[in-house]
Amino acid sequence: MIRVVLPFHLRNLAKVDGEVHLRVDGPITQRSVLDALEAAYPTLRGTIRDHLTYQRRPFVRFFACEQDLSLGSPDIPLPDLVANGSEPFLIVGAVAGG
Amino acid sequence: MSGVRVLVGTRKGAFILKSDGARRKWEVSGPHFAGWEIYHVKGSPADPNRLYASQSSGWFGQMIQRSDDGVVTWNPVDNKFAYDGVPGTHMWYDGTQHPWEFKRVWHIEPSATDPDTALAGVEDAALFRTTDGGGSWHELPGLRNHESGPRWQPGAGGMCLHTIIQDPKNPERIVIAISAAGAFRSDDGGATWKPINKGLSSKHIPDPTAEVGHCVHRIAMHPAHPNRLYMQKHWDIMRSDDAGDSWQKVSGNLPTDFGFPIDVHAHEPETIYVVPIKSDSEHFPIDGKLQVWRSKSGGNEWEPLTNGLPQTDCYVNVLRNAMAVDSLDSCGIYFGTTGGQVYASSDAGDTWAPIVRDLPAVLSVEVQTLS
Repeated sequence: MIRVVLPFHLRNLAKVDGEVHLRVDGPITQRSVLDALEAAYPTLRGTIRDHLTYQRRPFVRFFACEQDLSLGSPDIPLPDLVANGSEPFLIVGAVAGG
Repeated sequence: MSGVRVLVGTRKGAFILKSDGARRKWEVSGPHFAGWEIYHVKGSPADPNRLYASQSSGWFGQMIQRSDDGVVTWNPVDNKFAYDGVPGTHMWYDGTQHPWEFKRVWHIEPSATDPDTALAGVEDAALFRTTDGGGSWHELPGLRNHESGPRWQPGAGGMCLHTIIQDPKNPERIVIAISAAGAFRSDDGGATWKPINKGLSSKHIPDPTAEVGHCVHRIAMHPAHPNRLYMQKHWDIMRSDDAGDSWQKVSGNLPTDFGFPIDVHAHEPETIYVVPIKSDSEHFPIDGKLQVWRSKSGGNEWEPLTNGLPQTDCYVNVLRNAMAVDSLDSCGIYFGTTGGQVYASSDAGDTWAPIVRDLPAVLSVEVQTLS
């Protein structure tokens, strides 16, 4: 199972506590994980990536295994530790001052 | 037993303020959707238990929430606002053409007769409709595809469609306003549109009397007189007696005619309210005195209403969607400030008192009058 950690507001929208566990078929990539996440929680559509272009929203970042994966291709395989469930795929709201 | 429900959208959530018909004691609930910007919450005139809320975030985009039980529970509905066809371009700040990009929903206007039907005004300016309770939204593209569209330009707050008025006597007639394109009217249910800006004069655009380009801040209408419209423009209070075909300035003796909201008394179609703000460079009341001004003659002759409002050291603003009226026998007036206060008057503005003082900055105020 793929482990996904959502930020506070998206956990509230999805009505989940803690990590989300997803079964993902085929290659484990940003795209396949996000596709599975949105299929399981349709209310998250449009909140992480654009409805039409599927581009990552500007203030959303993707981290895993102490790496920032935000700028990479959505079709690059995620780290093995994410694919085998040892490490979570982190969806993070970018920090903002105030 | 009658009562009111005041729907307050803020920078960090929605708040619901409830009272009985006396409007002296208030029950406050919230924040709903804590941490999200709530640009608008509005109830269906056809079913007071049906409400829609526009919930947005710079991080996570747009959500639309719906309540079917009078704000006890909320559930997200469709949040996909896709422009019809190839969106095209409008004027950008630097004079170049810029693609239309959806940013947020500013205003949701439920149908007077069908709880499942509502219009949504969005930034970048366009009008959408749902007929299935928010299950899906479809653009009415005739507005954005008006031949003047490529000349529309955002104001400092973005190119938002912030006002939607449906004529209660003619369901085919809709009036909308866009900052900073101006006012438009459809007489065929939103299929085609025409600018209704004749008589407006705006010094901040190259041709002050241009067909489009005016920064209209808000338009209000009394349902008994749908041809009479009142407008708070960037500067100037304007009035139309012919559904927007022509406008006359009615600023009269106001100390300043810059401001954002304007509204009409529920039972007196000639009685209107504005909140004068010092200038477009200083978005706060003159001399730190928060005043609502009332005209009982449809403009030109105005009186300040100060009883209960702070008259020293007050430097808040009142945004365009942040004033509303109830329809109880003694008309209630409500407005929210960028300082987080929501003030209420249960006597048509003669006296005021805060319902709450320390909310996040208030973006919108609507009222449901409950029987």
